[in-house]
Amino acid sequence: MSSNVASLDIPVEGSDEQLSSRQHITGFGFYIYLLSDGILFAALFAVFAVLRTATDGGPDGHMLFSAHNAFIETACLLTSSFTCGIAMLACDRRNKFVALIGFLVTAALGLTFLALEVHEFADLISRGDGPDRSAFLSSFFTLVSTHGLHVTCGLLWLGVLLVQFLGRGFTPAMVRRFLCFSLFWHVLDVVWIGVFTFVYLVGGYL
Amino acid sequence: MTTHLRHAPHRGDSHTPGLVTREAHGGLRGYIVGYVLAVMLTVAAFSVARSTNMAPFSVEAGLAVLAIAQMLVHLIFFLHINTAPAQKINVIAFATTMLIILIVVVGSMWIMGHLNHNMVPMDHLMQMQR
Amino acid sequence: MFGKLTLSAIPFDQPIVMITCSVLIVGILAILALITYMHKWTWLWTEWITTVDHKRIGIMYTLLATVMLLRGFSDAIMMRSQQALASSNAHGFLPPEHYDQIFSAHGTIMIFFMAMPFVVGLMNFVVPLQIGARDVAFPVLNSVSFWLTAAGALLINLSLGIGEFARTGWLAYPPLSELPFSPGVGVDYYLWSLQISGVGTLLSGVNLVTTILKMRAPGMRLSMMPIFTWTALASNMLIVAAFPILTATFAMLLLDRYLGMHFFTNDGGGNPMMYINLIWTWGHPEVYILILPPFGVFSEVIATFSRKPLFGYRSMVIATMVITLLAFTTWLHHFFTMGSGADVNGFFGITTMVIAIPTGVKIFNWLFTMYGGRVRFASPVLWTIGFMVTFTIGGMTGVLMAVPPADFVLHNSLFLVAHFHNVIIGGVVFGCFAGFTYWFPKAFGFRLHEGLGKAAFWCWFFGFYLAFMPLYILGFMGMTRRMNHYDDPAWLPYLLFAEGGAVLILIGILLQVTQLVWSIRHRETLRGGAADPWDGRTLEWSTTSPPPAYNFARVPKVSGLDAYWGAKQEVMPASSESFEAIEIPKNSGLGFFMSFFAVIGGFGMIWHIWWMGVLAIIAFIALIAWSSWDENDEFELSAAEVGRLERTQPHVV
Repeated sequence: MSSNVASLDIPVEGSDEQLSSRQHITGFGFYIYLLSDGILFAALFAVFAVLRTATDGGPDGHMLFSAHNAFIETACLLTSSFTCGIAMLACDRRNKFVALIGFLVTAALGLTFLALEVHEFADLISRGDGPDRSAFLSSFFTLVSTHGLHVTCGLLWLGVLLVQFLGRGFTPAMVRRFLCFSLFWHVLDVVWIGVFTFVYLVGGYL
Repeated sequence: MTTHLRHAPHRGDSHTPGLVTREAHGGLRGYIVGYVLAVMLTVAAFSVARSTNMAPFSVEAGLAVLAIAQMLVHLIFFLHINTAPAQKINVIAFATTMLIILIVVVGSMWIMGHLNHNMVPMDHLMQMQR
Repeated sequence: MFGKLTLSAIPFDQPIVMITCSVLIVGILAILALITYMHKWTWLWTEWITTVDHKRIGIMYTLLATVMLLRGFSDAIMMRSQQALASSNAHGFLPPEHYDQIFSAHGTIMIFFMAMPFVVGLMNFVVPLQIGARDVAFPVLNSVSFWLTAAGALLINLSLGIGEFARTGWLAYPPLSELPFSPGVGVDYYLWSLQISGVGTLLSGVNLVTTILKMRAPGMRLSMMPIFTWTALASNMLIVAAFPILTATFAMLLLDRYLGMHFFTNDGGGNPMMYINLIWTWGHPEVYILILPPFGVFSEVIATFSRKPLFGYRSMVIATMVITLLAFTTWLHHFFTMGSGADVNGFFGITTMVIAIPTGVKIFNWLFTMYGGRVRFASPVLWTIGFMVTFTIGGMTGVLMAVPPADFVLHNSLFLVAHFHNVIIGGVVFGCFAGFTYWFPKAFGFRLHEGLGKAAFWCWFFGFYLAFMPLYILGFMGMTRRMNHYDDPAWLPYLLFAEGGAVLILIGILLQVTQLVWSIRHRETLRGGAADPWDGRTLEWSTTSPPPAYNFARVPKVSGLDAYWGAKQEVMPASSESFEAIEIPKNSGLGFFMSFFAVIGGFGMIWHIWWMGVLAIIAFIALIAWSSWDENDEFELSAAEVGRLERTQPHVV
């Protein structure tokens, strides 16, 4: 695929290498976008850090968060990141079956994660501790659900990709899109590390 | 013969994050090592948070260190960002982003902390208006 | 069914607004009728609306910016006239609630829809040509970016006739912008239009960073890039790093307003100061997003017209990069008076003064470039010299305000207003006009009329000084910004001078319009040396004017700075006649349709027409998914076809 980095120095011939150079450009552009997404989350983290104590007499993280739930969510997302990597390796080897299974497991774990998160939110809102209760809860819901929204978008994206994949197999555009998706998914997991550490653990225990 | 120069990069620094081949990064083994390390770090984070015999500050610091370590594990083993010369530009971009994130988060906390500190308490303010 | 939207949303009782709207509607209808009459719809659709050619998109950005300049300037002259009239017992012609909308709209439009599109347009047009690339990295995305910006501009202008605009100033500080104090749709217009255009800007930033880093011509190392490309890289890096903060901040204010959250409210533990902190974390880098590319323009212009290489290329690059990084460390100087205390204020005061140093380095570099050169005083040079004088004054008043105790006196006074207009008009606007005049022949194949251009410059230059120097004095006299009415008759003479300056700038703008129209009508007389009219130094001048869709039939090989200048000094071997096939991206309507749904969705959300907003969002997502089905986004121009085009180009040197 793209192993021959040195050959990129000169204008290359032949479709395979040309397409891989396009892959490099797309991948790099997407990487830049992901870095900017990281800064978006940084702004939300900063707000959470500042408003963490602004509970307006309402409950704080200590009373609300369940580490149990956060741990299962973390496990789901981490494992899905791993299976996504496996699927990408299969893409690299053009192994359609393993890639498909890998992505399906990724999607299933992502869905489980989302279900757990929605359940937690619904539970909080039903107890009257929704995002309009206090500044602390506003920032909590916004930070966590922005991550959740990214996961949702990722799942929709993966769904579209898999439908296309079943129809056309490993076209260069397909591989390029899977590459972008896997980058996106890994970065979501990196963001989640920040969320579970600073929201659920630091915010929930201390 | 067709050459497609619109997409032809020109230098060796075009290595792309995530775009990885078996030869370069050990493939499956890399992912497994990364996964195991990440699981260990996660479990460690959750158990540190539960421990009752540590000062709150040291728990917080410990959690921060564990989180950074796990982020690095993800970067190295899943996103395949490393210090290879071909990746210089990726690493610089990443480091710059981290610096800006740090400035935004720490700067905001610093500024807002001082603002809170200097703020006249609400009941005081009410009295002044009377 | 229609949410908050009723017929009473149209301000029938305000004659100024209604007359403006009718004139606009008649004007738009006339343009549409003209297009229909001339059978130009197909041409418009295939050549412009669906184009993914970076040059065309750059031109459209510039067009959007000039139209918005007219809108923003009419706001400005209304404000000046109001203040010239509303002294003591007189109350002028604008009631306060209308006046407040005008100054908010003026700032918002001038920054987001005039300066930004102008700068982005120049970068879009020039950067791929300067680095010898055939297009940007993601041509379709580029079109999407442009159309999202246009969608935001359309939405903000809808507020003129349907409903109202924000009365909060251009950054919509809470708690004023929160629901209890701004219950109308004005702030929602502000937020949604800026969210939509902000996404467009971010995508365009990602696109250009990737283009510059990954698509340079063979041999062009980073250290060989033209200085405009360097500043474009810095500016786009700042876009990528700063705009997400803006998006997040606006999103939180939207959540406050729509879902009753408490980020920046007075109650519920909210903290309005956090908004001010975050918005300036974006806002200060934004200043450099706007000013760095004009710095690049001035560097290109001054080197070309002095017929010398730029003095201190390396120091220029280093200064640019230092500014880029320091841009993120000075934001608190916009709110010294908020009360963070001596430590914090002291730190940010010092960083603010430090960032003036690399800027000073640049001024000296330009001066030394001119020193010993044979400077031709064409109108781009006039803009550049006008900039160097004006910007230096503006920069020094800025350093003055970087001293926190001084800022406590000057904060929110007209001194501040004079300062930032001094740097924005003297820097960004002059830079945009210099770049516009400089690259116009590249885009269209003929120059602009020189005499009218010079006359316009002098009107702008003296108009600026007449309009804003009195404001410095008024600031010292204690006049604050955004005043609808005032009681001190001593201020009136200064405000009358300022009004005179605004009129002089108006004459300058009219001269520019005349210049454009005259030059288009007499273009055959202005074609001299069309491909390279200024004896340029960089690669964009090595191709034809206007350049073909693929920019370069043969990708240039670069071996040093000022690549084209170097090539011109050698006797070129007759190029072998063989051409190669070129892949060209296909036209795409994606951007146009996305922006269509963005406008519908934004409008639905602004007026609480939920079904409309939700349907538009679903359509938006479906459109993206649907467009991903087509993998063949390029077509191939055969070698024979390229050869035919190259031979029939009318303006080949």
